[in-house]
Amino acid sequence: MTPDFERVDPDYWQLLVEFWSFSDTNATWVLIGAVLLGMSASVIGTFSFLRKRSLVGDVLAHSALPGVMVAFILSHSNQPLVMFAGALSSSMLGLLLMGWLPKNTKIKPDAAMAITLSFFFAMGLLALSYIQGLPIPGKSGLDKILFGQAAAMLPADLYLLSAVAVVVLVMVWVLFHKLRLVAFSPDYARTLGLPLVGYELTLALLIVSAVVIGLQLVGVVLMAAVLLTPIAAARFWHRQLTVMLGIASLIGALSGAISANISYMAPTMPTGPWMVVVLSMIFLVSFLFAPQRGLLSNLLRQRRFKKQVRAENLLRSFYLLNERRQQSKGNFLQASLNRVFSEEELLSHRPMPYGSLMKGLRELARNGYLVYARADKGWALTEWGAAVALELTRRHRLWETYLVTEAGLSPQDVHRQAEKMEHLLTAEEIERLAELLEQGPQSGKGVKDPHGRLIPLTEEPSS
Amino acid sequence: MIMGDFWILATASLVGVSTALVGVLLILRRMSLLGDAISHSVLLGIVLAYLISGSRSVIAMMIGATLIGLMTAWLSNSLHRLGKLQTDASIGIIFTWFFAMGVILISVYAGQVDLDQDCVLYGEITMVPFDMVIMGEKMLGPRALWLIGGVTLLNLLVVVVAFERFRLVSYHPLLALTLGVNVTFWHYLLMTLVSLTTVASFEAVGAILVVALLVIPASSAYLWARSLKQMMWAAVGYAQSAVLLGYALAAWLDLAIAAAIATLTGLQLLLTIAVMQWRQWWRRRVSFRDRDAYTR
Amino acid sequence: MAFPPLSVQQLSMRYQHNPVLTDVSFEIPCGQTVAILGPNGAGKSTLLKGMMGLVPLMSGRVRFFGDPLAKRQLSIAYVPQREESDWDFPINVMDVVLMGRHGRLRFWQRPTAEDRALATEALAEVKMLAFQDRQISELSGGQQQRVFLARALAQRASLYLMDEPFAGVDMTTERAMTDLFARLKAQDKTIVCVHHDLNTVEAYFDWVILINSRLVDAGPTSKVLTEDNLKKTYGGRLSLLNQMTEKMYRSNIDKVHDDA
Repeated sequence: MTPDFERVDPDYWQLLVEFWSFSDTNATWVLIGAVLLGMSASVIGTFSFLRKRSLVGDVLAHSALPGVMVAFILSHSNQPLVMFAGALSSSMLGLLLMGWLPKNTKIKPDAAMAITLSFFFAMGLLALSYIQGLPIPGKSGLDKILFGQAAAMLPADLYLLSAVAVVVLVMVWVLFHKLRLVAFSPDYARTLGLPLVGYELTLALLIVSAVVIGLQLVGVVLMAAVLLTPIAAARFWHRQLTVMLGIASLIGALSGAISANISYMAPTMPTGPWMVVVLSMIFLVSFLFAPQRGLLSNLLRQRRFKKQVRAENLLRSFYLLNERRQQSKGNFLQASLNRVFSEEELLSHRPMPYGSLMKGLRELARNGYLVYARADKGWALTEWGAAVALELTRRHRLWETYLVTEAGLSPQDVHRQAEKMEHLLTAEEIERLAELLEQGPQSGKGVKDPHGRLIPLTEEPSS
Repeated sequence: MIMGDFWILATASLVGVSTALVGVLLILRRMSLLGDAISHSVLLGIVLAYLISGSRSVIAMMIGATLIGLMTAWLSNSLHRLGKLQTDASIGIIFTWFFAMGVILISVYAGQVDLDQDCVLYGEITMVPFDMVIMGEKMLGPRALWLIGGVTLLNLLVVVVAFERFRLVSYHPLLALTLGVNVTFWHYLLMTLVSLTTVASFEAVGAILVVALLVIPASSAYLWARSLKQMMWAAVGYAQSAVLLGYALAAWLDLAIAAAIATLTGLQLLLTIAVMQWRQWWRRRVSFRDRDAYTR
Repeated sequence: MAFPPLSVQQLSMRYQHNPVLTDVSFEIPCGQTVAILGPNGAGKSTLLKGMMGLVPLMSGRVRFFGDPLAKRQLSIAYVPQREESDWDFPINVMDVVLMGRHGRLRFWQRPTAEDRALATEALAEVKMLAFQDRQISELSGGQQQRVFLARALAQRASLYLMDEPFAGVDMTTERAMTDLFARLKAQDKTIVCVHHDLNTVEAYFDWVILINSRLVDAGPTSKVLTEDNLKKTYGGRLSLLNQMTEKMYRSNIDKVHDDA
């Protein structure tokens, strides 16, 4: 390889337009090939990811190298089919060695992968260095399969690539249910009488095919990423396999298209690394920003939850303070509306920084749970707030009761946990709990919690 | 040229020693794949160091590569925890990304970086004798040799001094924890050694073949060694003979030296396995025969 | 009053993706053999690992002799489950037992003659001295277990935490272990074992801890090992408790609640 850099700056804009107007047939074929490759590799890679063998693709890609070289030495030609056959057979050999080593020797599976990968790669490079000393034509393109070079591909290569990619996609579509079963629980599949070995072999063959057609475009060294990264990124967007497959193939296609484009604009650039960098960027974006499962959305959810907990804790304080002042057997909810508590009272009940108390109070007031009584310089529950405070207290005390009666914990141990659980229990769970403790909404008026305090019953705010 | 051959062999042999030592600890800790990943990603560190320092400064290279190496280990661990990805998937994502960036930077800055794709793949061990450290009038030997010599010494020193700790931590990390040993520290120390070793070996054997030297001699030794010490000696022995035979093979058929050395380590492994399988088979046969004789 | 060798307060834990224990609290007395009993997946091993700081706790506090683990690390010997060990590791019996001394050695130090003497003594105590140069892969299951015991003995601890030491061992080993328990008890050492065999509990252990999602009961064997308690222990799970504990973990409420 030569230091590949053109000193003359080409007009990139012009090239971009040219590429996407599909006026250059060869470039369009490269685009089709790259998109199909991206799709098929990411789809088949999903299954090895699900089988928790994400790096098998890495091993297989490296193992293809000596096959290509030996095929060239033997046939003295770089016919795509010959190269394909060579790569396929040596990848399969690699797969065999990788599986054989841990089964028959002390060598552990991870070491077996590293061994196979590096040994086959070394043999491939050795053969390549041998070929470079041979007086045969056609050897110059061989080293392009290390990092891939789309611009160096011939139409015949691209036809084969596209054909195989389509075959892989169709096979996955046909075998989808079986492959999913085998990937999800291989042992169960065996008990169903499925020919497990057959499916495993098919899967392996499909993976190897995807890897082998990717060699000229992506290269041996980085092919693993095209199998692995799309599905890893897709996982952050959705949890259903069919949808994930769709997203993964979209990501694969996108990275293929972008790198074909880059390759057209800078023909001497290795294509594989660009494809991988594009994929990594997509992964990074998914990891950080995917809704629901992304890092950012997790942090936001955490913050929201924190606010909720603070608000609920305050409402509980209001309830308990009200309970303390409640004298007669009047309507608790109605009575609580008129009681006003100062900030100092609240703080002495639940110590916290003054700032966060005020923040919490204002927020509760904004959302209609509290009102500020200017005349008394204090805060009072609204009807709605009182109902929620009561419900929270009910949850808290029901949970305490559950822990003592069902789990056999001692009463002094349960408060701390209930203090947290009250924020998490849903209405449905409370109903289940109440049933379990045999106090349906009707029965059991006046049931006490382990500390001898009344468990309030939910009442509709009278309005 | 005799002197040139000597320098090349000396460099390769030191690469063999240091990779074998670190490799033993790697495979016992079941971290071959992390080793593979680090040896790929150090490329990015090396290239960045070139670009930032603007020179072939050894120190910058070492620092850059070690930082990137540790980042690989740390990032893949974080990705595993935060993204709930399997360990090997997160390793795969990080190292392919770093390596791809390294290769792209090499092609984009081809004029400014004294590196090319060939060097990444094979190393440039034949160029070793042409880059001498010269002090005043004296030639102090090739730069690459000094580099790998220093790293070998460091590896030896760490392994000898902390031998017992490394043995404990690799044998049973949980137990080490209950004895109050800081397992995380030893993990990252090992990763630092892996990074340093792969950088220092980079010029000799490239970024990928170094994986073979890390993992394969240690695995051959693992098959029959009865103690950690023995395993280390055996791994070093395998590496040395692979270096000698590989060099001879390469010289004879005019092949890439680094690839020949790495291929030989693989052949040694296969040979070791063959001998062991044969012995097992033989022993079983003998014991069957004895039993037959006895029952008869 | 002397502190108990082990006390656990309101400990909650999860294992893999499920909560296994909620708010477990107990104390054990000194100089006794203690069994942790519970159905499969009840979190017996997890409890042991959590107490030793090997897996994170969701919440709770563990004290050894009144102190946190870090202060008492050397007085506590942990015997892991046999299957969790790498038996292919190139190492011999003596070196494994010497590892018990490593808490006391700086990282550059080699075991001294005294350490060797202690290791030899420990090996003799479990009747494995003849095997000291054996490769660990060449041992039978029971022998492997005894090597682990010897390693714990070499540690010279006061509290021994053992994960299923009786699982899959031969009669000789079982005998050797019960003899050893008796000798250790005579020296006022405490032994806590995760145990699975109900038939041998009464014979081997003075004290039992019954767990199933939560603590069912803890106390002297004769008092606690009742039919009623066993029914609670091996009966159904408290699914609501498990479900809510999991929710507690996922919502990260421990952190949120303390910050809010």
